[in-house]
Parts: sequence; C-alpha cells; structure tokens
Amino acid sequence: MGLRLPSKVLEHILSFIDSNEDRNSVSLVCKSWFETERKTRKRVFVGNCYAVSPAAVAKRFPEMRSLTLKGKPHFADYNLVPDGWGGYAWPWIEAMAAKCPSLEEIRLKRMVVTDECLEKIAASFKDFEVLVLTSCEGFSTDGIAAIAATCRNLRVLELRECIVEDLGGDWLSYFPETSTSLVSLDFSCLDSEVKISDLERLVSRSPNLKSLKLNPAVTLDGLVSLLRRAPQLTELGTGSFAFQLKPEAFSKLSEAFSNCKQLQSLSGLWDVLPEYLPALYSVCPGLTSLNLSYATVRMPDLVELLRRCSKLQKLWVMDLIEDKGLEAVASYCKELRELRVFPSAPDLDEANIPLTEQGLVVVSKGCRKLESVLYFCVQFTNAALLTIARKRPNLKCFRLCVIEPFAPDYKTNEPLDKGFKAIAEGCKDLRRLSVSGLLSDKAFKYIGKHAKKVRMLSIAFAGDSDLMLHHLLSGCESLKKLEIRDCPFGDTALLEHAAKLETMRSLWMSSCFVSFGACKILSKKMPRLNVEVIDEHPPETRPESSPVERIYIYRTVAGPRMDTPEFVWTIHKNPEIGVSHLAIK
Amino acid sequence: MEKVDVYDELVNLKATELRLGLPGTEETVSCGKSNKRALLDDTEKEIESTGKNETASPPKAQIVGWPPVRSYRKNNIQTKKNESEGQGNYVKVSMDGAPYLRKIDLTMYKQYPELMKSLENMFKFSVGEYFEREGYKGSDFVPTYEDKDGDWMLVGDVPWEMFVSSCKRLRIMKGSEVKGLGSGV
Repeated sequence: MGLRLPSKVLEHILSFIDSNEDRNSVSLVCKSWFETERKTRKRVFVGNCYAVSPAAVAKRFPEMRSLTLKGKPHFADYNLVPDGWGGYAWPWIEAMAAKCPSLEEIRLKRMVVTDECLEKIAASFKDFEVLVLTSCEGFSTDGIAAIAATCRNLRVLELRECIVEDLGGDWLSYFPETSTSLVSLDFSCLDSEVKISDLERLVSRSPNLKSLKLNPAVTLDGLVSLLRRAPQLTELGTGSFAFQLKPEAFSKLSEAFSNCKQLQSLSGLWDVLPEYLPALYSVCPGLTSLNLSYATVRMPDLVELLRRCSKLQKLWVMDLIEDKGLEAVASYCKELRELRVFPSAPDLDEANIPLTEQGLVVVSKGCRKLESVLYFCVQFTNAALLTIARKRPNLKCFRLCVIEPFAPDYKTNEPLDKGFKAIAEGCKDLRRLSVSGLLSDKAFKYIGKHAKKVRMLSIAFAGDSDLMLHHLLSGCESLKKLEIRDCPFGDTALLEHAAKLETMRSLWMSSCFVSFGACKILSKKMPRLNVEVIDEHPPETRPESSPVERIYIYRTVAGPRMDTPEFVWTIHKNPEIGVSHLAIK
Repeated sequence: MEKVDVYDELVNLKATELRLGLPGTEETVSCGKSNKRALLDDTEKEIESTGKNETASPPKAQIVGWPPVRSYRKNNIQTKKNESEGQGNYVKVSMDGAPYLRKIDLTMYKQYPELMKSLENMFKFSVGEYFEREGYKGSDFVPTYEDKDGDWMLVGDVPWEMFVSSCKRLRIMKGSEVKGLGSGV
C-alpha cells in the first residue's frame, strides 16, 4: 500500500492532458488511475471501428463529448475494397444515443452513414454541435436536412468528399431562422443548387461563421453576395467560376475579395479561368492554405498568383504547375510546410506535362519548413531522392507516387533502393511513407532498419520476395498501418511475424501471394486478430495454397464482426466452425 | 542473417504457377530489369521500356486503383473537362509499326484538321493531304477508323459529327495495307 493520489487531484492533473496517447498510458498505471482517466476523457478516438465494440466504448467513457471513428481501410479510397465491405456507423450512433446523450461532436471517416443515422443523431443529442463526415457514403440530403432542422446549437457541418444521394438543394432551407450558431459549413461535395436567398440569410444571421465551402452550383454572383455578408471568413471554398466574364462581374468579385481581410484558406476554384485570378490577388498575401487541385489553370498564370502568397504554408495543386511553377513556389513561398501535386490526367495518355522530379527537388531546396509531401510524377531518380533527403531531414510525411509501376531510376536504370534508403535514414522524424517505382527487397531492409518512427507505410508493385515483408515486420518499430498491393510475397513472413500484427492497427494486402492456408494458421495462432479474407470466390473451393485476392488483418477486442457481406470470409477461431460469413444487416 | 538461406530456398521454390497478372499475360521478372509489367490488358501488346523518357510514354494498363487517386478527385477533374461537351468519347489509337497504343478524347476536337494535327504530334508522322476521291496522298501513313458496324473506313470520309459518334477506334495504317479503303460512298 503506497501513497495514493486522491482522485480529485488526479482528475485535476488529467484535465491538462489532451493527448489520447498520453491518456492511454495513464490508464495503464493502475486500476484507480484507469478509473479516474476513463471518467474524465471527453474526446474519444477509435481508429478502427471494428477494433472495439460501441457498447464497450460507451461504457468506458461516460463523459464522452466528442467521438471520432474511422471505418474502411485506406485503400478503399482507390476502389480496392469492394462495396458493401462494412464500416457502418449505425451501431455506434445507437449505442451512444443510449449511453452518452451529452455527446456533442461526431467525426466519421470512410464509414457508411445512413439517413437513419443522421436522424438518430438529430433526435438523440440535445447539445449536438459538430458533425464532420469525410469520405462517407450511404446518406442523402434528407439526412442533412434533419441535422439542420433539429440541432439548435449546430456549429460545424462539414461534408468532405462524401458520396451523397442528392435529392435537391432544399436541405439548406431547413436551418431554422433562429439558428445563428454556425461557425463552419462545408457542402462542397453536393451537386444540387441551393436557394441562394436561403444561403444569404443563413450567412447573414451567423456572425460566428468562419469557414464556408460552397458547391460548384453556386455562381460567381452568389459568391460575391455571400462574401459581402461574411467578410469575416477565414476559410473559403468557392463555387464554380465557369461563367462568362463580364467586366462588372470581375470588379465586383475583386472588391468582395479585398474586403475579406481575414481570409487564410482558399479552395474550390473549379473551372477558374486565368482572367479571374487577379480578383484573388488581394487575399494572396494573407493566405496560409491554397487548394488549386481542382483548378485547371496552367502556367504561367499560376506564377502570378503564387508569387504573391508569401505566407503560404499549404499548397495543393495539379501537375499543371510544372517544374517551372514549383521553382516559383521555392522562391516565393518560404513558409511552405505541405505540398501536394496531383496528376491532372490520371487515366489518360495525354501529352507529357513538364513536371519531373526536379520540381520536388527545387521545392525541397527552397522551402526549409517543408515537412509533408505528396507528389505524383511519371518517373524519378535516386539522385533526386538523395537530394531531397539531404535538404529536408525534417520531413514527416513523404508520399511519392511514381505513376509508372516498376519504373526504375530513369537515368541509371537502377531500382530506387538507394533513394528511399536516403529518405528513411535521413528523415528521422518520418511518420508516414509511401514508396513506388522499382524497388527490390533491399529497399525494405533499409526502411525496416531506419524508419523508426514511421507509423503508416504504403507499398505498391515492389519487392522480390518474402524478405521484403520480413524486413518491414521485423523493423519499423512504430508501424501501425501497413498497406500493400501487388507485391510478390506472402505466407512465410506473415506467419513468422504474427505477433507484430497485434502491435499494429491493421495490415492490408491485395493481389499478393498470401494463401488461404496461411490465413487459417494465422487466425488460429492469434486470437486477438481478425483475419478477413476478401475474395469474390469462396476460399474453400480452391486449394489451400492458392492466393486469396485480399486480406485485411486488424487487432480487435471485439471478436469477429457480425456484419460481413458475402465476399468477406472471417476465419473463426474454432476450427469446427471453420470459415463463414455472417451477413446480418 | 540466419534466415537468409531459408528465404533463398523459398524464393527458388516459389510456386511458379502463381504469378501476378491476368490470364494470358506474360510472366515478368524483376530485379534490375526495367520492363516489369503487371495486369496487362490482354488485347494490348506491351513493350520493353528502355527507361528513357520518350516523348510518348507507354500506355498505362488499366490497373484498378492506380495511380492512387480518389474517385472523388478523378470524377471531378473528368467532369469539369467534359462538362461543355457532354460525355467524353475516348477511343484507342494504334499506328502500324509503333509498339504502343494511345487513347484520345474525340470530343476535344472540333474538326478533322485538329484531330490530324494531334495524331501527327502524338506519333510523329505526317498524314499527307486528303482528297475526297483518292484518299490521302503524299504520305505512307493513312488514318483509318473502325465504325459502329465494324467496318474500317478512311478518316475524313463522313461529316465530323457522324465520325465522332460512330468511331470506335483509330488505326494509322502504313501504305501497303491501305488498298481497298477508297473514299466511302
């Protein structure tokens, strides 16, 4: 019996601890600390909705005010997870409605959310304030209307890149006239036109509105009118610019923007023509975030815009920026922390855009604060990677997509092993890494050895053998999420490092050489892993050694899930039950 | 490390029946070679990439989920491009003697001369002059297309709109093959 810290004192101390990782550590100290911690945790994060049951979470954290959930594996973004796989929000909403009626915030990513869910949220949580849905699907604008109509204290409503059944723009008119609490509204992913007068009135009566992201159906006139009513905006997503440029329209637009003196973030800009860009010049010096990734603006028009953005920290563009444009970024945007360059023509064999590895090299040299990169490029070189690693050891996120699968260093014809070795070795704080191009097992030896802080690793079309996976699973101390596609290995390394899988959130492998037999062995060996085989064909109809199409393995304390569709095969721990799929709605 | 022998053995014993790729495609080998391909479209031939940056890059086989761009983003860029013209109309273009196929969107062009120029740029050839009765003169290369009925026609014989709506694929033929493709009636 040692000294005991009175729980009130501990509670007070814990009120200063926000990080859930720290709180998780606190809760492991002893039972009384566990109790105090769980009763005081307000913000709950569940990275895999199948890792734990909703009931268990609701029970453990009765004072929950904010819940964040993630559903489908990341590769679902690229159509690698068949529709209907899972990730349903309903069981969570139901459980929270029953046990945590004081819930105020819900954030969901890659989950299936129905209108029923949204209606339940509206009906159950009296103080509901924040709804953020990212890459979700399964609901219609009716569900949104329910939220708008009922949640009297709604501050944040954001639909980010969701697939919504759009039944029209009426949902906006469901915000009651008494609703004045909005701080952020994002409906950029909806198609239908909303009534501009409704939107104008909503904006006018929302003095705290800071972030507004419109959908493409909102015209320039609409935008001007809204900006006049909300000059206090800090974040703006424009509607579409695809309309005739009238002289007076341009000056109105220009004026409206120049009155938004607090604007820091700009996005949308669909169909923006070069002639319109000067209307944005007045806000450029204040911008910290600019998303041009849907704007088909080319060089040299982009330079005029970018050279005015001296405070820019985050830039998303398409490869239309070319190496030249990136040179301008390197010269003018010295505060840059995050750069994403997307392909303008991901599926087509169009004429080459002059964007090469040099673009990224130049930004790495010129922007000292650069720490996060996503770069799509047709091909790359080891030399470029070495330079990037040398110049930017402070990189935290490095995602390179060499679009040509198996493309070697195009100058030396070697694999990109040396280059990625340099990245792994040099960037000691690297947390997220995506590799591509021609890579041998050696590359993964280096990554396994040096990438000590990498939590998420994405690999495609790489490696030679099981050695690759062996290197990764025996190294990479901080690895939490590993996703692999089209790599020639499987069973041996997987089985040898089964224990490692329990230290990770999840492992995804598709179009690799993992056999059904290995999955069975793994599942039997590791009771706290769900081993899901995702395959159109029943695994038992094929020899045990034949590879399965996809596997998704994740640690869980909730056991096998009960909502699997036909094509997901969970291997039961009890070999007598064998393999089955329980499809329960 | 001690495990290396075991792995070497395994690599040697690697089930050669199992390989990446769709049925009917070629086995590809890695390790230093630059011509590795997976998941080929089985109606297209693949080439050896020299790794050099030729101006016409090899066709990207239709690999699911590659490059890794979210559908939301893909749809939005595509839609914006096609908005004014309605649906994009992509057709394959092959040229005799060239080892790769290209794909173009016919709705991006307004008339034949634009299309011809684009093809000439793409494949680095010239098409000669079109004569209504005699077809193309002044060059070995002749642009032809397969129409909805499966017939091979000379590009330019029918009005542009009719061409765009009936063209299924393009083929730039080389001289000797062209006999029999006079101007359509």
